Amino acid sequence: MKKKTKQNLIMLLIVLVLVITPFFVAKGGSFAGSDDEGTAQIKKNDPHYKVWAHPLWTPPSAEIESLLFTVQGSLGTGVIAYILGSAHGRKKERERQIHAQNEAGKAHTETSAANGR
Amino acid sequence: MKKVFKKHMVPKVSTIIGLSSLLFFALYPRDAYAMHIMEGMLPPKWCIFWFAVSAPFFIYGLYRMKKIVTSTTQNAKIMLALCGAFVFVLSSLKLPSVTGSCSHPTGVGLGTVMFGPGVMSVLGVIILLFQALLLAHGGLTTLGANCFSMTIVGPFVGFAVYKICRAFKVNRSVSLFLCAVLADWSTYVTTSFQLAVVFPDPTNGVGGAVIKFLSIYAITQIPLAIAEGFLTVIVYNLVISNNLWKESALG
Repeated sequence: MKKKTKQNLIMLLIVLVLVITPFFVAKGGSFAGSDDEGTAQIKKNDPHYKVWAHPLWTPPSAEIESLLFTVQGSLGTGVIAYILGSAHGRKKERERQIHAQNEAGKAHTETSAANGR
Repeated sequence: MKKVFKKHMVPKVSTIIGLSSLLFFALYPRDAYAMHIMEGMLPPKWCIFWFAVSAPFFIYGLYRMKKIVTSTTQNAKIMLALCGAFVFVLSSLKLPSVTGSCSHPTGVGLGTVMFGPGVMSVLGVIILLFQALLLAHGGLTTLGANCFSMTIVGPFVGFAVYKICRAFKVNRSVSLFLCAVLADWSTYVTTSFQLAVVFPDPTNGVGGAVIKFLSIYAITQIPLAIAEGFLTVIVYNLVISNNLWKESALG
């Protein structure tokens, strides 16, 4: 269990490194994931293409968009944390019960041993 | 002992791959977009084509899902929720990549290994719909095409990778890592092909366009796919160590 935790921490660290290094490596990059750039790329290949459909609703601002992305992320995180957390609690409880049973069992054999003498 | 050694090899090998690719990108930074195909960016006949291709997989996914929900496997429903939530979280994370642009992981690897590739097409559609309707990210007309890349090709490739790795006696963590990485990456490779077929390069044709789109989508995705691989193994470790799922059930 301890080894697994260490392993998880190492992997988490690698993920952090993977996410942070781009800022040092691609200093000139704009870090956009922008739809406009996408349209531009396709326009380059086919200048006559007409975008024939548009999103039904677009977030009114970048703030609202990031809000909705955060909602999406935190909803998911909440579900995962709840499931893992409750499972962890159940596991701890089971371990406690087994431990208590063993203790009781030990005490019982001790008393019966004392009675026998 | 051997197992421990192997597990520690994964980070090492991927660091080497990561560092060498970093060097490459340091020399060639570029602006790029790497996302799902946006609304209206595919001609109607292609939209219909991809819907038609994806539909059977979606129906198969519903059938698989019903089987899982009604099965007696312990924690099956809970784990299904967890896998869905994992896709939700990962596809909301727009991460920077060494190419100087942002993209997001797909998160389909975990569910693929636990429940098989079919179910992911249903879970994936929910996420794609959420993003298309509320975030203007992806689109309703391109839903079929995006489904095909993210919820069909990705999971099926990942599943094949996992099965092949297990057949070669690679340990579960490493197999899962590779499954998640390649499921993520193949999604974006598929997107590149989907776009290249519709928008061939004016001078170099479809082949030239494939290379161009691959250089945008697939290369940006490499470090993100690796990050996703690690995150998948972390969540998997937590699932196993908290007795939510039996390791032997994974095959």
